[in-house]
Amino acid sequence: MKEEIELIKDGKRLDGRGFDELRPIKIEVGVLKRADGSCYFELGDNKVIAAVYGPREMHPRHAQDAKMAVVKFRYNMAPFSTNDRKRPGPDRRSVEISKVCREAFNPVIMRELYPKMGIEVYVELLQSDAGTRTAGINAASIALADAGIPMKDLVSSIAVGKINGEVVLDLNAAEDNNGEADMPIAMIARTNTITALQMDGRMTQEEFGRGMKLARGACHQIYELQRAALVTRYNQNYEGKNKREEE
Amino acid sequence: MYQVVVPGDFLSEETKRAGEGTYVEEGKVYASQYGIVSERGEIKVVSLSGKYMPSNGDVVIGKITAISFPFWIVNLASPYEARLHVSALSGIAREKIEFGNMSEYLDVDDLVVVKVMDVNVLMKIELALQEDFELRRGGRLIEIPHTKVPRVIGRSGSMIKMLKEKCNCFIFIAKNGRIWIRGKEEDMDLASTVILKIARESHTSGLTDRVAEFLDSFRKEKERELRG
Repeated sequence: MKEEIELIKDGKRLDGRGFDELRPIKIEVGVLKRADGSCYFELGDNKVIAAVYGPREMHPRHAQDAKMAVVKFRYNMAPFSTNDRKRPGPDRRSVEISKVCREAFNPVIMRELYPKMGIEVYVELLQSDAGTRTAGINAASIALADAGIPMKDLVSSIAVGKINGEVVLDLNAAEDNNGEADMPIAMIARTNTITALQMDGRMTQEEFGRGMKLARGACHQIYELQRAALVTRYNQNYEGKNKREEE
Repeated sequence: MYQVVVPGDFLSEETKRAGEGTYVEEGKVYASQYGIVSERGEIKVVSLSGKYMPSNGDVVIGKITAISFPFWIVNLASPYEARLHVSALSGIAREKIEFGNMSEYLDVDDLVVVKVMDVNVLMKIELALQEDFELRRGGRLIEIPHTKVPRVIGRSGSMIKMLKEKCNCFIFIAKNGRIWIRGKEEDMDLASTVILKIARESHTSGLTDRVAEFLDSFRKEKERELRG
């Protein structure tokens, strides 16, 4: 039986955050010159670069779709991104995450505009600290917009989980490894449409509900940051006002 | 001040005015692209990046990439390749163009000014030759992102008019971002420097004035060099 590790002290988490607090986020758009669109994204100690190419001719040919573009998504961890060197190359875990992330973008990318083409998304993890797939999705979303790919909306993503019996937002590595549950969520903030949802561990129905609520709030925050990063690139006077709020 | 939008931004409720770079959902118009809103007539989002997509009537500069009878395969700086049928040249040709002699008229790597005649659902693109532009007439080709083309032309052609006058060059700007310049070597150097500068600074305001200033100072320096 695993001994319970104390992850919460005096109502604060080990890194001093409250239960509903995000780690600091830093976003930079267009960091790669050769890619059609790119983004550097930091979520706490997670450091991610996303690059988007295309639409361009899809290879291998047999994977082309005559009616719409095919999205290729590669989630990859650098060998130096973890404490123990990660053996380079795709493994079971990263292949699965790539698939999940790709499908998180299915409802937003207007694939039918580019029959037979391929849209390639590369997400490279430079440093990881739990929640890498959510950071990857956030980065990819901005990189896709930067590449000029037509989309219905941006996708924002965050994880919630349970540590020492408490539902908390955005787990870090210590909390993820020693906690009871971890649930990454990707959603379209404007419509609250969930585009990806996974869960590892156990939560009650009530805890799940509370977790969803936390995640929804966080995705709205992340959305505003994503939007601001894109807009300030061409408009230095941006004040963080979203036209949507005036609706 | 122009307004930058990202995919999913609400634009308007007038669905009838929805144009390029937008989509309609539940009676509202939203942006489908990252770009700048233009509300003259249609509500459009002018993209800041992305690949050139051919549409009917566009005049573009293409490069022959392959010959496959009875077509020339043409690259238009777009993800989709286009086809130019031999009949497009039948007016110019002295004899019947056949399987063997296609390359005598247009060979791989040749540049052509073409008009997009038809784009079908499967993105098969048919081209026609623009006859008012003779081929292989020399000059220089520079390439900029197609999204910057309106900036190089300027509002009702103000920028391009100034460039042509001050650089003393023939300049032809194609919709796909390829620009054909013809003139004296030094004039072409100046023109391409300026055009690349415009493409680089396309999102800043007051660009036409700054380009004019740049051109004037360049001229003055030239004169001083000649005198000194």
